[in-house]
Amino acid sequence: MAAVSTPTDRTGAPDDKRRAGRRKATKKSDRIAYLYLLPAFVLFGIFLLFPLIHGFWISLYQWDGLSASTWVGLRNYGEAFSDPGLRSAFVHSLVLIVFYALIPVSLALLLTAVMSRARHTKGLGFFRVVLFLPQVVASVVVATIWTAIYAPQGVLNDFLSAIGLHAITKPWLGDFTWALPAVGLIGTWVEIGLCLVLFLAGVSQIPRELFEAARIDGAGAIREFFTVTLPGLRPQIAVALTLSVVAGLKSFDLIYVATRGGPGTQTSVPAFEVYHRAFDVGQVGSACAIGILLTLLILIATVVINRVDPGESR
Amino acid sequence: MNLRRDSAINYLILGFFAVIALFPLLGVLSSALTSPSESSASLSFPSSLHFSNFVTAWHQGHFSEYMRSSAIVTVSVVVLSGVLAILAGYAFATMEFRGRSVLFYVLLLGLMVPEEALVIPLYFDLRGVGLTDTYWALILPQAAQSLAFSTFWMRTFFRGVPGSLLEAARIDGANSWSVLWRILVPISRPALLTMAMLVFMWTWNDFLFPLVMISTEKLRTAPLGLAFFQGQHTSQFSLLAAGATIVALPVVVLYFFLQRHFISGMLSGAVKE
Repeated sequence: MAAVSTPTDRTGAPDDKRRAGRRKATKKSDRIAYLYLLPAFVLFGIFLLFPLIHGFWISLYQWDGLSASTWVGLRNYGEAFSDPGLRSAFVHSLVLIVFYALIPVSLALLLTAVMSRARHTKGLGFFRVVLFLPQVVASVVVATIWTAIYAPQGVLNDFLSAIGLHAITKPWLGDFTWALPAVGLIGTWVEIGLCLVLFLAGVSQIPRELFEAARIDGAGAIREFFTVTLPGLRPQIAVALTLSVVAGLKSFDLIYVATRGGPGTQTSVPAFEVYHRAFDVGQVGSACAIGILLTLLILIATVVINRVDPGESR
Repeated sequence: MNLRRDSAINYLILGFFAVIALFPLLGVLSSALTSPSESSASLSFPSSLHFSNFVTAWHQGHFSEYMRSSAIVTVSVVVLSGVLAILAGYAFATMEFRGRSVLFYVLLLGLMVPEEALVIPLYFDLRGVGLTDTYWALILPQAAQSLAFSTFWMRTFFRGVPGSLLEAARIDGANSWSVLWRILVPISRPALLTMAMLVFMWTWNDFLFPLVMISTEKLRTAPLGLAFFQGQHTSQFSLLAAGATIVALPVVVLYFFLQRHFISGMLSGAVKE
């Protein structure tokens, strides 16, 4: 802090002099830093922070997007619990989280456990690329493909007929019972490779000595998994859960293209309700409230999941 | 013996899941190559290769226009958010200033906010100033949404650069601007590439913003065009499959060439989504 004793700071009590000097010194570098930040924060402020706050503001009104709005306070939020349609949308998204996150993570953990005993797998790079592929394909494309697979004359029904299960063929995405699990399985298909790639990378980072020590102690495959593999994979499990839970909560593209929330409202989810309420039924206030609730859910999920993993400090 | 059996199990598992991952994707490619006369309502296998579906989709299906829109929007978002993130990441990584941690947390908030929470208010705001149904309505909000991740990413990389390197440059009389552009940016090329790839993918694949903001057919992005196309071509899957292939192709090709960047970025980028 060379600026502390500059003669220009002669005014004021000796104690203040020091502080004033420091303040002045930081001020100049402050200004340079702010100049670097300015463009990013202008864009961020106008197109992210402002709409977020504006969205919250709109959510306090009943508004159809055209005529005058009426102040309703937090009533739009209360509807998330009282309105049966909205409540079931949130329940559907819980079901989707099972398919998007819990099934892929558990299945990938199981597979990793089976595979981890043989350390060196040639061609792992190839499998990594292939397993990860569904992550990079546009979800509209994914939905288009799976709509064709699930179609009444689609390959899934063809396959079921071919193996003698003609009785259970159905228009999967149009079936009141099966539409939601069918959409969920698309999520499983997208996320499982991600989890597997993550866990295989994680296992290769666990020190070999830990596995060897476990084996010397006479641990079998199952005990080895619970005492070495599972604790060692904690950071990767946290990442996999965060990514897949959030993907499950946001699943708008898939629902819009594959089912439009149907049949009836069997596959409507909060992300879809945001769009549907704002542009199909003219409940803009309610749509904005759902958007804010979704933000809160993602925030809570991310914090809770990353609490599970105390080893990771960012 | 035991080892060989173990590795056989490994390949069996990996192979099984690789087939599951690939089947729908190869299925759409094979359907796209099926002649329209053989096409069914679902995936099909061609008796001989037909490329006519691609030509039909490109010209009559307007995919040439959709791809152009997507290219304009995506490249603009990558460049705009990239430059702003380099500047902001530099300040967060190397400078002391008042309010640094507060501003950083505000920015991190952007990682958590889903586009569903922003699209409705933005639609009414942008309509108020006459910007809906323009590329700006896609470029500016999407660049803003990418900023949180991009700034975070650049800050992390810049912080990893040895301080002695920057010190040496400053002693040589370089100011902060030239330290950034002459030293830091050139050595962060791999990080910049990863960031650009991810932002490219997120923007290219995005669907909700184009759906809400764009009403003119010519301005539709590729995924939006595909969604409309799907509504119109339900009986003949081969043409739809060709459209779907065209839409997915740019990102998939980039992915095959730069898969290391994609995978490492998306996994360490758990912060983004």
